[in-house]
Amino acid sequence: MTHVSVTVNGVPREADVEPRTLLVYFLRENLGLTGTNVGCDTSSCGACTVHLDGESVKSCTILAVQADGREVTTIEGMASDGRLHPLQEAFHRNHGLQCGYCTPGMIMAASSYLEEHPTPTEAQVRESLEGNLCRCTGYHNIVKSVLDAASQMSGAGA
Amino acid sequence: MIPAPFDYARAESVDEAIRLLSEHEDAKILAGGHSLLPLMKLRLARPSMLVDVTRIGDLGSIREDGDRVAIGALTRHHDVANSDALHELCPIVSYAASLIGDPQVRHVGTIGGSVAHADPASDMPSVLVALDAELVVRGPNGASRTVRARDFFTGLFEPDLEHNEVLAEIRVPKTAGRGWSYLKFHRRAQDWALVGVAALAGNGSGAAVALTNMADRPIRASGVEEALAGGADVATAAERAPEGTSPPSDAFASADYRRELSKVLVRRAVEEAQAR
Amino acid sequence: MAVTEKYVGQPVLRKEDPELLTGQARYTDNLVAPGMVWMSVVRSPYAHARIKRIDTSSAGAMPGVLGVYTAADLEGEWGGPLPFVWPITEDIKVPVHWPLTKDKARFQGDGVAVIVAETRGQAADAAEAVEVEWEPLDAVLELEEAAHDDVVIHEDLGTNVVVHWSHGGGGDQSIFDTADVVVKERYLGPRVIPNAIEPRACLVQPVPAMGEFTLFSTTQIPHIARVTLGGTCNIAESKLRVVAPDVGGGFGSKLNVYAEEALALVLARRLQRPVKWVETRSENFLATIHGRGVIHDVEVAATSEGKILGFRVKELADMGAYYQLLTPGIPELGGWVYMGPYDVQAYWYEFTGIVTNATPTDAYRGAGRPEATYVLERAVDAVARKLGMDPAEVRRISLAPKFTEAKTSVMGLNIDSGNYPETFEKALALAGYDALRAEQRERRDRGDVRQLGIGLSSYIEMCGLAPSNILGALRYAAGGWDACTVQCLPDGKVVLKIGTSPHGQGHVTTWAQIAADTLGVSPDDIEVFHGDTSVAPLGMDTYGSRSVSVGATALHFALEKIKEKARVLAAHELEASEEDLEFEGGTFRVKGAPESARTITDLAASAWHAHDIPAGFEPNLEATAVWDPPNFTWPAGTHICVVEVDTETGDTDVLRYVAVDDCGTVINPMIVDGQVHGGVAQGIAEALYEEALYDEHGNLMTSSLTQYLVPAASEMPSFELDRTVTPSTTNPLGVKGIGEAGTIASPPAVVNAVLDAIGHLGVSSIDKPVTPERVWRAIQEAKGGAA
Repeated sequence: MTHVSVTVNGVPREADVEPRTLLVYFLRENLGLTGTNVGCDTSSCGACTVHLDGESVKSCTILAVQADGREVTTIEGMASDGRLHPLQEAFHRNHGLQCGYCTPGMIMAASSYLEEHPTPTEAQVRESLEGNLCRCTGYHNIVKSVLDAASQMSGAGA
Repeated sequence: MIPAPFDYARAESVDEAIRLLSEHEDAKILAGGHSLLPLMKLRLARPSMLVDVTRIGDLGSIREDGDRVAIGALTRHHDVANSDALHELCPIVSYAASLIGDPQVRHVGTIGGSVAHADPASDMPSVLVALDAELVVRGPNGASRTVRARDFFTGLFEPDLEHNEVLAEIRVPKTAGRGWSYLKFHRRAQDWALVGVAALAGNGSGAAVALTNMADRPIRASGVEEALAGGADVATAAERAPEGTSPPSDAFASADYRRELSKVLVRRAVEEAQAR
Repeated sequence: MAVTEKYVGQPVLRKEDPELLTGQARYTDNLVAPGMVWMSVVRSPYAHARIKRIDTSSAGAMPGVLGVYTAADLEGEWGGPLPFVWPITEDIKVPVHWPLTKDKARFQGDGVAVIVAETRGQAADAAEAVEVEWEPLDAVLELEEAAHDDVVIHEDLGTNVVVHWSHGGGGDQSIFDTADVVVKERYLGPRVIPNAIEPRACLVQPVPAMGEFTLFSTTQIPHIARVTLGGTCNIAESKLRVVAPDVGGGFGSKLNVYAEEALALVLARRLQRPVKWVETRSENFLATIHGRGVIHDVEVAATSEGKILGFRVKELADMGAYYQLLTPGIPELGGWVYMGPYDVQAYWYEFTGIVTNATPTDAYRGAGRPEATYVLERAVDAVARKLGMDPAEVRRISLAPKFTEAKTSVMGLNIDSGNYPETFEKALALAGYDALRAEQRERRDRGDVRQLGIGLSSYIEMCGLAPSNILGALRYAAGGWDACTVQCLPDGKVVLKIGTSPHGQGHVTTWAQIAADTLGVSPDDIEVFHGDTSVAPLGMDTYGSRSVSVGATALHFALEKIKEKARVLAAHELEASEEDLEFEGGTFRVKGAPESARTITDLAASAWHAHDIPAGFEPNLEATAVWDPPNFTWPAGTHICVVEVDTETGDTDVLRYVAVDDCGTVINPMIVDGQVHGGVAQGIAEALYEEALYDEHGNLMTSSLTQYLVPAASEMPSFELDRTVTPSTTNPLGVKGIGEAGTIASPPAVVNAVLDAIGHLGVSSIDKPVTPERVWRAIQEAKGGAA
C-alpha cells in the first residue's frame, strides 16, 4: 500500500492504496465520487476525464500515486455556490446529452480547453473533443453546447 | 482494466532512477505512462516495479543551447506544442506534438516517454529522424552519451537504451529559414498515423524527409532525398518514397496502400515545406 | 392554479439532465451493496477449441477469492439455457446456449469459468490464474464457407445452416423476367460493434431468507429480463426484481439477456452475498452482441424510364456462435421493408441464418431495417447508373404517392400513412441539390483531386413494435403491448409509472409533456418512474422505436381514464351532470357557468381524502392503461450526404449531411432532433469507419477502441435537419418513432455519395466501411492498375 494525499474539488483527501490503483478508481471507490465514468480500457473514450492541476487528463490512465500532492477537479466540483458551471448549463440548454455517460468527461475536457481558448471556432471545438467519444448525440449538440458556453463565459452572450 | 500488482518507487533524481532500474531487473520507468499504463491495464505488460520519474525537477524544460534547442525528456506534449521557443526555432516539433493523441494525452504524455517507447507509428520519432536530432542518454555512474535519432530507433519498440539508462534530453537543431511540413494521415484525429511524413526543405541544406509507420522504426526516405538532391522535381522524387520501406499490413491498412500513400504524402509534404 | 400552457410540440428542456450533468447519476457501476463481492469471467482465447481440462486450484487459492466455478460446478443451478425468444420458423435449429460452455468454446470470448473475489482487482487477478488446456479446432468465420459444414460448430445440430425464412413474396414476380431493366448486385454488410459508452454491468442483491433477488442491470429490458432470467435461474418471477437504473446507452446491445446476469444471480444465491460484475471494454468487444454481418443478393427491376418495379432479395445472415435473445429475428424484422418507400409491384425476401465462430449477433440500432435500406438504396442508385439517370430522378418517379389512411403494401402489411414525395423534395431543396450538382460538374471538369459526391437515401421503417397478434403469428414469445399508470397525488403532483425503459431517449420529459397538457399541470410537477419491475411492473421495455408510439399511447389512454374518473367526482362536487361539464387544460367547468370549476389537482385531493365521494367511486385518482397497438408505425424520410473524396489517398470527408424525416406527430422537437443526430452519426460511422475484423483463426483484430474506430466530434459534420409531419393512423397521438431513423437512412446515403464522387472514374461498387484504402483500391482497379 502507498499513501496518497490529493486535493479533490478543493478538499484534501488521503488514503492508502495499492500502487496499481488507477486515479479513476481512487475517485470512485475510495472517495465515492462516482460522477467520473469508465468507458474503455485503452484511454480512447475520455469518459473518465478529470482535471489534474487544472488540466484535462484521462483518470483511467493515471495512477492514484501520480496524483499525490496534486489537485484534482471532478464533475462533482464544477458547480459552485449552488450554481451550475456555464458548461453544465449550456449542455442542458442545448440538449448536449442523452444517456449522460460521456457527459462528465465531455464537460471536463471542454472546460480545460476553454480555459486556454476562450473563443474557439466550431472546428476547434470539434478538434478539442477528439479524445472523447459519445454514441448518443452525434456530437452536434455537444459542439453547440460548448460554443454556447464559450460565448456565455467570454461575456459575448451575456 | 486493472494492472497486475507492482511495486512503486518515486525517484527524486535521474541517478536514483538509474539505481532503482539497476536493482530491479524488470522495473519500468513511469513518465506520463500513456504508452505503458494502457499495456499494463490489458496485462500485456507486467513490470514488477514502476520507477516514477515525473517528480525529477530538471527534465521538464525547453531551452536554447547554441545552434540547438534542448527539450527535457519529461516535457509534456502539451508544453512542446505550446512552446514559444519551439514555435520560433523548430516549429515542426511543436506542430507534430500538437497532433499526438488527444488533449488529455498531451497533458500527461511526455516527449521522452514517446521517444523511448520507439513506436514506429508515433509522430515524434520520425520528426526527430528528419531533423537529425540528438538524444542524450544517462546511465549508471554518471555516464552520459549522445545518440543520433536515426541510430536510436533500432527496431519495433526497440530504442537504443539499456535497461538502466534514462533518456534525459532531446536536442533538435534550430531550423529557422527552413521550410517544414508534417503530414499525418490517420482515420480519426486521436489515432496513430497510418503513414506520416516529416519534411524539411530549403535554406542551403538539402531536403530531409522521414517516414512514420513505414517500417519497424522511423526511417529517412533516402531515395526521395537523393532524387531531390539530384535535381528531380518533387513529383518524380516522391515516387521513390517506398524505397527501403517495409510497412506493416494490419487492420487499418495494407502495406501496398501504405506505400502508395507514402508517395502522395511525401509529394504534398515536400511541396508544403518548400512553400513554407 | 391550473396551467394552460401547452407543452406537446415544444422543445421542453429535459427533466433528466440535472443528475447527469452534476455527476449524481445512478449507473449500475456506481452502486454498492454491503458485503458485495466481485465476479469476473474466464473467457476463451480461441474461437473454436475443445476444453480438455480446467484447473481452478491455483486461482482458487489466490488472495480474496471466494470461489471459482466451471459449467460443471453450476450444473444444478439452472432452470434452462439462456433465453432465446424468437424461434422464427417451425424447423429452426436452436443451438443450446448455457451461461458457461461445458465442452468447447465456440467464439473468442465464450465464458468457461467464473470467479468471485472480494475486490475487483482480485477477481481480475484470479481469472488469469485459471488454467485451461485447450485443443484448438478449425474456426469458420465466412458465411459461405460455414454453410459448407466442413466444420460444424454445434455437432448436435449437424449443420451450421440453422434457419431459413422466406417472406413468401408479394405481387407479380414475373416482372423480374420481363422488366426493361433488371440490375443484380451483391452487397456486404460487415459486423459492427454497438459500443454504448457505458459497458455492461450488473449487481445482484439477494435476500437469502426470503429467496428474493434484486438485479440491477445495464439493460434496456428489465421486464423481459425478469421473466426470462427467472426461467434460466430457477427463480419465480415474483421473487425477482429487475432494476435498470440510469443506463448509459444501449443501441440494441442492452436489448438482451446475458450470461453474466444469470451467473451473478446464481452466485449470489449460492454465496448469499451481493455479487457485482462490470464489463471491461475489451470484454464488451467479445461478449456483448455484435450487429449486422450480412450478405445480400438483390435484383431490382425497373422500366427504361427509371421507375422501380420491384426488389427481390436473398440474404445470408451471420448468427454468430449462438443465438442471443432475438438473433434470427433481426433479419426477419428487416424482411418487411424491402419495398422501401417505393410504389413497387413485386416483393421478394428470404434469408438463411448461419452460425459462425464469432460473437453472437443481435439487434443493433435499426435491427434489420438498416440492412434493408442499405440494399434498396444502393440498388436504386445502381439502376440510375445503369440508365445514366440522376439518382434523384429515379426516386422522384418511383416514390409512392401521399396517403393519409392505412393502406396495404405489396409486402402484405398495412402501412399507417406516408408522404414520401414531400420529405424527398424538402430534402433536395434544403441541400440545394442543383447547386451541388453544378459544383460537382465544375470539379470534374477541372480534374480536381478532391471530388464532390452527393448521396441520396429514401427510407421507410417499421416501428412501434408491435401488435401482439402479429408477433404471435411471427412466433415471437411475448406480446408487444405497453403500459402506463397515472397517479394524481393529493398535493397536486403527478406520478407516471411507465413500462418503457429509457436509456438516453428522454422519456421522462416526453411523457411529462403529454401528461402536463391533459392534466393542466407543469412538467415540473410530474415525476416519471421507469426501469424497475417493482415500481412499474407492467411493461415491454424500449427497443424498435416503440416507446412513444406504444408506451406513450398507453399514457394517453391512462389519462383518458383519469379524465373520466375525475369527471364523475367533478360532477358530484359541482352538483352538475357529467354531460354539462367541459374539460380543458386540466379543469372541469360547468357549461355556461365557467366560475364553477374543479381542477384535476382539486379532484386528486378530494379523491384521496374521500370525505365526500359519490357512491361506488373508488378513492384516489389513479388509472392504468395497457395499449396493444393495432398496427406498426412506418416513419420515413430522405437523407442527403455530401462528401469530398481525395482521389489520391481515398480519404472521404463528409462535408454536409441533410436529413428530412417524418416521424408523425412530434412531442418534443429538441429530443427528436437529438435522436436523428445520434442515429445519423452512428450510420456515418458504419459507412466510413466501423467494422469488426476477424483473422482466419477467429481472433477479433479490432478488439479495442484503438482499432475499432468509433468516430469523435473531430470526424463528424454538423447536421442540417428538417421534417414533415404525416400523423400515424395507428395511434391517437399520431406518433411514429424516431430512435432508429438516422441509423437506417444514413449508411447508403454516405456510400452512394462516395460512389457518386468517383463514379466518373469508372467505380461502380464499393463495400462498407468505405475506408480510404477501399476507395483508393476501387479507383486503381477502375483505372486498370495493379492494385
